Amino acid sequence: MAKRSAPEVNAGSMADIAFLLLIFFLVTTTIETDRGISRKLPPIQDENVVPPVIKQKNIFTVIVDRNNRLLVEDEIMELGNLRKAAIAFLDNGGGAGEDGCSYCKGAKDPSASDNPKKAIISLVNDRKTEYRTYISVQNELVAAYNELRDRESQRLFGMDYLDMEAKYNDPNFRGNKEKLEKQLNQVKEMYPQLLSEAEPKSS
Amino acid sequence: MSKFKKKKSGALPEISTASLPDIVFMLLFFFMVATVMRQNTLMIQNKLPFADQVEKLDRKELVSYIYAGKPSERYQQKFGTEARIQLNDKFSEVKDIQNFIYAERESKREELIPYLTTALKVDVETNMGLVSDIKQELRKAEALKINYTTRIGEVAKNN
Repeated sequence: MAKRSAPEVNAGSMADIAFLLLIFFLVTTTIETDRGISRKLPPIQDENVVPPVIKQKNIFTVIVDRNNRLLVEDEIMELGNLRKAAIAFLDNGGGAGEDGCSYCKGAKDPSASDNPKKAIISLVNDRKTEYRTYISVQNELVAAYNELRDRESQRLFGMDYLDMEAKYNDPNFRGNKEKLEKQLNQVKEMYPQLLSEAEPKSS
Repeated sequence: MSKFKKKKSGALPEISTASLPDIVFMLLFFFMVATVMRQNTLMIQNKLPFADQVEKLDRKELVSYIYAGKPSERYQQKFGTEARIQLNDKFSEVKDIQNFIYAERESKREELIPYLTTALKVDVETNMGLVSDIKQELRKAEALKINYTTRIGEVAKNN
């Protein structure tokens, strides 16, 4: 009897099967990663701890009311001007002597903040404030800090702060990570993000 | 004197489809690798606000999601139009958040716990009262790293 060779498997339907799978994965794919504003919440504090006394001129109050209006330092302001106002406050450098700020380029107004390390932005919301306004305000305030940090890191290291941070967080970065961390911390120390959020007022 | 042979016929030659499965398989593998399946079915309206000072949320396995917003239309009869919180696949109360965080922590390896982030996906129309309640619960659960998930764009688009 003649030896029979194994019959060949018909591969004609392979393409159909592959197409079916392909369409399934095409439909379920979401390629983009989420992005957003990262923040750190303050830990819950002991009731007994007395909060430190802060000079009124070092506090920049931003109040958002229930109708989503903005009240900055007791004056009504448009959202578009908030970033500029925050930068002017943070970069003021009105202190003298030890409290002074050698790298600030602000107006040196004695009635605004002494130096960026002491300047605190205080954000107060109403419980009825809409989330979109809140995010817009947050975004503008973070942008103010980022702009100032960019300026300083550009001056000191010739690099944008956000680029440096991106490089630092990149696992494939082949450079001197320790040096980069030091530089990042130096810039962060010059303009620390002091953003305090009070519990919202209920009305 | 026909030195040049006349072409056999004017019909187009057939294109070989033998490599079609290979091409399709290549695409298939690409999408299989790039796919992230949606873990949660959204039961709420979830229109995210715009922002441009954003950071990427890498390492999805370290992120737990809290959704908030008005119930979607087909749930409105049952749950009303007041903004609600959604954890995993069901509507939840503010007091459930702590247990949710503890459960998320339980399911992760111990050395990864300090890197856990909570992403807040909140609808633009939600009131800050609910968001602050969520944040207060997160503080109680000591889940301090949060991320307000946004779309990328000028904040002026929010209004």
